[in-house]
Amino acid sequence: MRTALKAALVVAVMVVLGAVGTAVAGEQAAIQIEGSTTVGPIADAFVEAFASSHPNVTMTVKKTGSGDGAAALIDGRCQIATMSRFMKPEEFAKAVANGVMPVAHAVAMDGVCVIVHPSNPVKGLTTQQVRDIYTGKLTNWSQLGGPDLPIVAISRDTSSGTYESFTHFVMGKDKMAQQVEYVNSNPQCHARVEATAGAVAYVGLGFVDDKVKALDINGVAPSRATIASGKYPMSRPLFLFTNGYPELGTPIFDFCTFHLTEKGQEIVEAKGFVALTAY
Amino acid sequence: MEDAPQFVAEPAAGFNRPLLLSAGRDRFGWALGHLGRAVLGLITGTSVLAVVLIFVFIVREAWPFFAQRSLAEAFGSTQWYPQAAAGQEQFGMLALIVGSLYVTAGALVLAVPLGILTAVVLSDIVPFGLRQAIKPVVELLAAIPSVAFGFFAVKVLAPFMQTHLGFTTGANILNSSLVLAVMAIPTIVSVAEDSLWAVGRDLREASFACGATRAETLVKVVIPAAHNGILAAIVLGMMRAIGETMLVWMASGNAAQIPSPWWDLSQSVRTMTATIAGEMGETPQGSIQRHALFAVGLILLVFSLGLNLLTETLLRRAKTGKGDRR
Repeated sequence: MRTALKAALVVAVMVVLGAVGTAVAGEQAAIQIEGSTTVGPIADAFVEAFASSHPNVTMTVKKTGSGDGAAALIDGRCQIATMSRFMKPEEFAKAVANGVMPVAHAVAMDGVCVIVHPSNPVKGLTTQQVRDIYTGKLTNWSQLGGPDLPIVAISRDTSSGTYESFTHFVMGKDKMAQQVEYVNSNPQCHARVEATAGAVAYVGLGFVDDKVKALDINGVAPSRATIASGKYPMSRPLFLFTNGYPELGTPIFDFCTFHLTEKGQEIVEAKGFVALTAY
Repeated sequence: MEDAPQFVAEPAAGFNRPLLLSAGRDRFGWALGHLGRAVLGLITGTSVLAVVLIFVFIVREAWPFFAQRSLAEAFGSTQWYPQAAAGQEQFGMLALIVGSLYVTAGALVLAVPLGILTAVVLSDIVPFGLRQAIKPVVELLAAIPSVAFGFFAVKVLAPFMQTHLGFTTGANILNSSLVLAVMAIPTIVSVAEDSLWAVGRDLREASFACGATRAETLVKVVIPAAHNGILAAIVLGMMRAIGETMLVWMASGNAAQIPSPWWDLSQSVRTMTATIAGEMGETPQGSIQRHALFAVGLILLVFSLGLNLLTETLLRRAKTGKGDRR
């Protein structure tokens, strides 16, 4: 009886898969986008915005990591690789050996802001101090010239792109202390800091407002200008990589230049990143 | 017996013809009978099969973790660092298990007395009309989505605990236990009240007839008679608490640590459910972290399975115990 059920299940799955397969084959163009979890939200929003203007193009966005994006582009498994770092020389060499010419398109600047409660008198920290807070070496604001108040360090969940950025900028190989708390979205981060006097957390620039205070890092205040110019220490460009410069007029070309349009810039800002073009 | 022959006096037309079944019809009938039984068996077996398949699937996905990592690491270490640099990941699940136990125990300590008292009041103390009005309202609590509870925990309860109780962080064991208790109460009240109600009027009236007061009847007759249902209510409430995900993900703070000192409920903990929910989304297929998360799921499953078995045996023992006393 169990084998009969199994057989029925297999048949059902095959029928469904077959139906999906024909549906995908019926589309005129399918673009695979793969890579960074940081750039992923931008790519997702771009795809969403493309749905109305390019109804014949199906795009899928996979968010597994910059390295996976590079590997997928090299193997031809995707047309666009999203990366939160530039390609490494060895990846370039491998790509060229495979007949792939990676071309970088910088689409946005990523800046992570460290935020505290507005009542906190601490104005700025160094990257080293931020790392010491999250590794648990510093546990009280009095150690940083603030009031006698325990530090409540709040991090984003480990699967988020912001966590990945923060690890890149601050933590390096160091592990976060066990007492660090985790929340699962930028707005929740903001809500917790707004309500907790001793809290410190990190969010994208788009989530900083007057209800929380963004700290200066190494003496530089985070702002659109300092992040776009790279003066702010915790900032970096985000890339799309394609195989060669995309042919003009193709959906891939439209996608890689979408960040230059007003709508594209709005999306970049809405996702908490900084647009490259000043407006 | 004398009347019986009258009914079979006139056999139906063709009834006396000898039985003649071709081999094909015979096989067809045999196949049809078995098919029918198979279909019925399949329908009844679906839910059992679903549980078995879930178990098999989770064990299969969790197995590589236990094969590659030691049990000592999983159950002996509190270091949960699944995202550390390749080769340095740590999967100590002790803090997660303890976290789940903390919030569940906290919730039960509050919800069990409150829920059972509410059930007793509803079934035996308040007038019938009032009971009919209150019970649906209590059960409505169960219909509120857990995200809404979580939102309340983060936006209202957490700041309140910080400003009025002096806690450094508002997302902690006490916060999630409190809200979990509110979420478990409707389950406990509903099931316990049903079983108290089912005890029936005859038993109560028999007790009154013996001269027992209402209080004596309640404590010595009604509650003991309904204890099976009450126990079931507690277990269901416990399941609700240990399996809840969204609320604890929002309200418990998710710090993978064992509180020290152990009675300090103002510290934040991370539960097994919250860990799975928070990390499953982005883990690549086939990675050790994914297998580790399935291993956490397996532990959770074994937990609730063990709880179920424990209650089954408790109930059976309680039943036989009652028999002896009689």
